[in-house]
Amino acid sequence: MDPAFLAVQALSGLSSASSLFITACGLTIVFGVTRIVNFAHGSLYMIGAYTAATLVPRLLELSFGPATFWAGILASALIVGLIGVLIEVLLLRRIYGAPELFQLLATFGVVLVVQDLVVQVFGPQDILGPRAPGLRAPVEILGRRFPSYELVLIAAGPVVLGLVWLLLRKTRFGVLVRAATQDRDMVASLGVNQAMLFTGTLFLGAFLAGLGGALQIPRVSANTGMDLSIIAEAFVVTVVGGMGSVPGAFLAALIIGQLQAFGILIFPKSTLVVVFLLMAVVLAVRPYGFFGRAEVIGGTHAVGIASHKRMPRGTLAAWIAIAALACLPLVGDAYLLKVATEILIFALFAFSLQLLIGVGGLVSFGHAAFFGLGAYGAALAVKWYGASMEAALPLGLCLAALGAALIGAFVVRLSGIYLAMMTLAAAQILYAVAFQWVEVTGGDNGIVGVWPSGWASGPVPYYLLTLAVTVVAVFLLRRIIDAPFGYALRAARDSEARAEAIGLKVRQHRWLAFVISGAAAGLAGGIYAFSRGSVDPSLLGISTSVDALTMLLLGGIQTVTGPLVGAGVLHFLRDLIMPLTPFWRLLLGLSIIAMVLIFPRGLVGTIRYWREERA
Amino acid sequence: MTLLSVQGLHKSFGGVVAARDVAFTVERGEMLAIIGPNGAGKSTVFNMVGGQLRPDQGRVLLDGQDITAASPQKRFRRGVGRTFQVAQTFLSMSAAENVQMALISCHRNSNGLWTPARERHRDKALELLSQVGMAEAADAPCSSLAYGDVKRVELAIALAGQPKLLLMDEPTAGMAPRERAALMDLTASIAASQGIGVLFTEHDMDVVFGHAARVLVLLRGQIIAAGTPDEIRQNEQVRCAYLGDEHALEPPTGVSSA
Repeated sequence: MDPAFLAVQALSGLSSASSLFITACGLTIVFGVTRIVNFAHGSLYMIGAYTAATLVPRLLELSFGPATFWAGILASALIVGLIGVLIEVLLLRRIYGAPELFQLLATFGVVLVVQDLVVQVFGPQDILGPRAPGLRAPVEILGRRFPSYELVLIAAGPVVLGLVWLLLRKTRFGVLVRAATQDRDMVASLGVNQAMLFTGTLFLGAFLAGLGGALQIPRVSANTGMDLSIIAEAFVVTVVGGMGSVPGAFLAALIIGQLQAFGILIFPKSTLVVVFLLMAVVLAVRPYGFFGRAEVIGGTHAVGIASHKRMPRGTLAAWIAIAALACLPLVGDAYLLKVATEILIFALFAFSLQLLIGVGGLVSFGHAAFFGLGAYGAALAVKWYGASMEAALPLGLCLAALGAALIGAFVVRLSGIYLAMMTLAAAQILYAVAFQWVEVTGGDNGIVGVWPSGWASGPVPYYLLTLAVTVVAVFLLRRIIDAPFGYALRAARDSEARAEAIGLKVRQHRWLAFVISGAAAGLAGGIYAFSRGSVDPSLLGISTSVDALTMLLLGGIQTVTGPLVGAGVLHFLRDLIMPLTPFWRLLLGLSIIAMVLIFPRGLVGTIRYWREERA
Repeated sequence: MTLLSVQGLHKSFGGVVAARDVAFTVERGEMLAIIGPNGAGKSTVFNMVGGQLRPDQGRVLLDGQDITAASPQKRFRRGVGRTFQVAQTFLSMSAAENVQMALISCHRNSNGLWTPARERHRDKALELLSQVGMAEAADAPCSSLAYGDVKRVELAIALAGQPKLLLMDEPTAGMAPRERAALMDLTASIAASQGIGVLFTEHDMDVVFGHAARVLVLLRGQIIAAGTPDEIRQNEQVRCAYLGDEHALEPPTGVSSA
């Protein structure tokens, strides 16, 4: 192969490694000290890019020159640092003690808020920044042209690594950061001003995110999709490097940069897949990444379902609810039935997640993977084998169960935050496959023409079919939750040591939980595909996973019926509010944050709490 | 046959030798205490018998069968029950459900998907709870019980597997003095009546000298003395090493530090 091509490829790999490291370094430092996986880190990166792309041209108009350019980049990063401080003071400070799931969701709420705000502040169009003065001409490398700005980026990574190293080794602040990364409780009991330390750490982390974003402006235009794409990569870098480890992040970024540069040669379509496969392999061999270590303190402090006295007349209430739902076609029009069908589907989807999170304490952050597999499995069966709905739905379910068995086998060895990251990564791999494997999946356009069989088509029959399937599936899942298997999952969640000491095979149970939950989610996905007549990659996206989590949170994680209620309420609110305002994401994000902060029991949980207080 | 036979256990963490050539036996119905100052290696030895740690060298035999490499789950099936230093129960379940869960696992139907767990083995669970004096609290959530009661529930869980050997890591840590004696009296009577061997570590000397048939003294990973409580009380080396001598941390004479 052409050596010049290889050299250029390696160099561009290095430059993307640098950018990635600068961003991921901030994420890993923030995690090390605060133990929060900050989803909003990608948003800070995006703000950095937008700010720089807007600010630097104005500054260059005032005085043209390299100094102005770099000053503008730094100023943008500083602004982002201050935004990070704001986020810490307003939100993070209040959730340091909360369960991981709530922390992840709250910071994801920030992501949603920022997405709408960025459009408001900077406008909807992409912004291409100016090229750096003095670095406009490409350089020749072995006869090939290579952008000189990329060379500066290659140097920037090690420079930032060096500066961060100096900061962590030679300053009092750095010593405290390292101490807190090792043992936060110890630092607290030594009388260190925790508030200042945490705020300072967030400033540093956000500054690095902003710097990473600002440095991109001559290469890519600032756009509204950059937050989620960079956060996925930054997660991989921090997880592979070991969460909290700066050198680990550097090493991981180098490897991933090269994988991306040369992965194109092997998998021209999907560099994302290569990257996430790397993460899967590393975590399978080293469950805490290169330089990470086991979380010793506290465990996962999972929240979830507890035993309660049976509600009097609970069965009767369930029958009445089912009867009422079955009578809905008598009064509802086609639109209402369509909404009700979707609510039922998402109720089943959220309920399947409850088996993992509420019962098993396994924070799956990529449940969309199974929903999407079910939908794609059904749609592919229709498209490629001309299968009928009756055959396609079980096929979708089987594909989802199979996917869950595979993903589950990887992730049941992991705990807490690593499990959340790994499930997210798995969902992102599938998303990338669905998006990039155009010949089979139809890529971005998805698959159309997925219609139900004659007897089930039309709003009323399909609604009734959905109702029947959902009721049966929820009933079976409830049995499972109450059965020894569900109790064994809860036992392992409450105390893994105790569960092992009474002979429970914790991993095997958790793996089976993934399979069952994945199958149920796949069933929901399949029905969803037929209800819409089409599938597209967004079914596998992060936002689908977050939808399910939001329904869980809204209904109440500690209750069995919570996800069902949560699905109904979220969908209802969305249909009600979305047409009225362009700020749906902002509202949704703020509601998620508000729920985590003031309403963590959820609707059903709160009602039950009141009843028990009264009793 | 000897119930538990530990032979030549050795474990080091990096440069720190936590257990060196540790050997002892426990007979049926016997209560054996392991004592020693902090960092002596009690928990290390304990966790090697319980299956949480794998020894570098040496063997652990239960009823003559080698269980050195067996997982905690396998040990449970062979008849090892244990309680933890900080009581480990399932806080989201009631006291009875905790014991039922152990019984379900014991009968190997933890994969059951149909009959509700709370309807299984309930009578047996209530019987075990009344054995430890917790029958009245059977349906109370475990999270609402006082710590001393949680420890009793934990004992009932450990007994649910019909153990031959009971491991108790600091069974009375965090309990009031009166509760301590009561729990250990209870343990002793159950152990004697069912022929269960009990191995426990303990900091409270009243508990140790009041309940153990034999005592092992560990220092820096080595057994420096073994015998009846009276013999241990008289032992100069133990006094010097452990019971408050100002030179406690110096290597005891006659023991090489290699």
